[in-house]
Amino acid sequence: MATMRYQQALRLAMTEEMERDPNVFICGEEVGQYQGTYRVTEGMLQKFGPRRVVDTPISEIGIAGMATGAAMVGLRPIAEFMTWSFALEAMDQLVNHASKITYMSGGRIQCPVVFRGPAGVGTQLSAQHSQSMESWYAHTPGFKVVMPAFPDDAKGLLKTAIRENNPIIFMEHAGLYGLQGEVPEDPNFTVPFGKASVRREGTDITLVSYSRGVHLCLKAADALAREGIECEVIDLRTLVPLDMDTVVASVRKTHHAVVAQEEWKNVSFGSELSARIHEQAFDELDAPVERVAGADVPMPYAKNLERAAIPTDNDVIAAVRRALA
Amino acid sequence: MAKTTAERSGPVSVSTDEDIEKKQLISSYRLMLLIRRLEESVYRKFHEAKIGGYLHRYDGMEALVAGIIPFLKIPGDYVLSTYRDHAHALACGTSPRAVMAELMGRADGCAAGKGGSMHLIDPDNGFLGGDGIVGGPVPISLGVGYALKYRGGGNVCVVYFGDGAMNQGGVHESMNMVGLYKLPVLFILENNQYAMGTSVSRSTGQPDFVLKAKAHGIQGEQVDGMDLLAVRDVAGRAIARMRETGEPYFLEMKCYRFVGHGIGDDNTKAWTTYRTEDEVALWRERDPLARTADLLLKRGYLSAEQMEQFEAEVQVVVDDAIEFAESSPEPPLDSLYENVYSQ
Repeated sequence: MATMRYQQALRLAMTEEMERDPNVFICGEEVGQYQGTYRVTEGMLQKFGPRRVVDTPISEIGIAGMATGAAMVGLRPIAEFMTWSFALEAMDQLVNHASKITYMSGGRIQCPVVFRGPAGVGTQLSAQHSQSMESWYAHTPGFKVVMPAFPDDAKGLLKTAIRENNPIIFMEHAGLYGLQGEVPEDPNFTVPFGKASVRREGTDITLVSYSRGVHLCLKAADALAREGIECEVIDLRTLVPLDMDTVVASVRKTHHAVVAQEEWKNVSFGSELSARIHEQAFDELDAPVERVAGADVPMPYAKNLERAAIPTDNDVIAAVRRALA
Repeated sequence: MAKTTAERSGPVSVSTDEDIEKKQLISSYRLMLLIRRLEESVYRKFHEAKIGGYLHRYDGMEALVAGIIPFLKIPGDYVLSTYRDHAHALACGTSPRAVMAELMGRADGCAAGKGGSMHLIDPDNGFLGGDGIVGGPVPISLGVGYALKYRGGGNVCVVYFGDGAMNQGGVHESMNMVGLYKLPVLFILENNQYAMGTSVSRSTGQPDFVLKAKAHGIQGEQVDGMDLLAVRDVAGRAIARMRETGEPYFLEMKCYRFVGHGIGDDNTKAWTTYRTEDEVALWRERDPLARTADLLLKRGYLSAEQMEQFEAEVQVVVDDAIEFAESSPEPPLDSLYENVYSQ
């Protein structure tokens, strides 16, 4: 074990996998000479050279096509988007190409590619740079969608992603890059997809989240514990595949649930989670599932408006109170 | 079909040796004939409700595959194309049976019935697929080209796309990156002069497409795509050079499709809104299939009797493909959820 930041854990995962498999390479904007916009790829150009750490122009369609095409003929590319907001440029390559080629070819072509970069809301970055859109990808058959909340998972999940034979949407959170944690240094350490992590055990209510939302839930759970309300906090880690077994088992115990996310509420991943809990555990529920989400507005710039748009631990606490009322 | 498989089993190089050229030309002619006759059969099968969806034929453009794909080394080289892709699959060596079964959505189709006309895919024969999105295969070719350079070995990726694609942003992003990284991608612009119903003059501010390639650092030239010899000559040299240098090249193939954009266009004769019957007739006089036949006769490479024999043989192949496809089962229902993910 070593103490390191989320960002360093991601770098360690990529470094280990590139040492392990010569078919793995990285491409993206500012990943090489600039050392990574968020320093995730720091030092990697010096270590692996320009063939395997490829600086690209600001051309997201090109980056996505480069990674997808290389994956279709057997390489294992990691494409970095400077932010997932910029990936919107590449939506055709992602949704119409990467996610579908295996199915369209009757399974004859594999597409082992990782698309990664920061998602989530920032601070006063306003509408085009501060948003979370995981439900777009979770909605699309063919993708697996990964959103780690802690450094150890960041490493273990990214290693699994690189070894996967499918297109992976790997959404980091810019607000978590500096988060410190204990991370296994064992190069054989991986974290499987489709296994949620129970971050805190509790008996009164189940809080389900992923990425930064897990931290809001843990903070809310701390506060509520002081009042004698025991929350169970589930970190999904991967949205696709989705570990409903862990969620349903928890709801059977607590009979209440809150789902929390940063992305917009309307037609979102929380909508799906809420629906599935109702479908699979309706008889276990003592109250409807409550949802915590971002306000359904483009992110405003002004500090007070932005505060009102981004979900906080207080919003989770309020949702818990509604559910338990 | 055994012939096309055999013909691409080894690299073909342009040679002044007349015997080699004769053999290659005859082989290309047979391929063009097969493509034409198979394409002629698909509308009939559509009207019999055996084939569904969109259906785009290659009639008139056969020289673009017959003059290029036989120069490829498969496995090793790769081909990507648009949704007008039946010819590319056949030229790569996908069997007419697997093509027709895919068109009919059957289990024995080259994509197990999941792709259809627009997504004939056959990676074992180097064909990474027909792509339903205008301009879509060009960013993919950048990645394939990067992989080929990454591995080394002198292989090339040939990507086909149309004049409409030249107005898609992703095409230019990708061409810029191919030019920047100097990747072994051969761009084949199938300039049949109409993007569905919109002519180049109504869609394109700068119709000098070779100039646009040069703007991205890629050399290129325009070729008469109705002339098999011209296509072979330029493509053969370009591919040989690319294997040496690893650098990209761009060929604008000036050509014409004899039929409508797709079967809907022909069913409704919507194509008369954007081109005249006289114009089509004029271009049909330059039919690459007929011109190649004339050339082979004139050079004494084939006799009229041999031509007739080829026709009969190709008809047998097409009939066999149809019979095979019609007797192939529909994909099993439990395959619906298969192949969403690889294992």
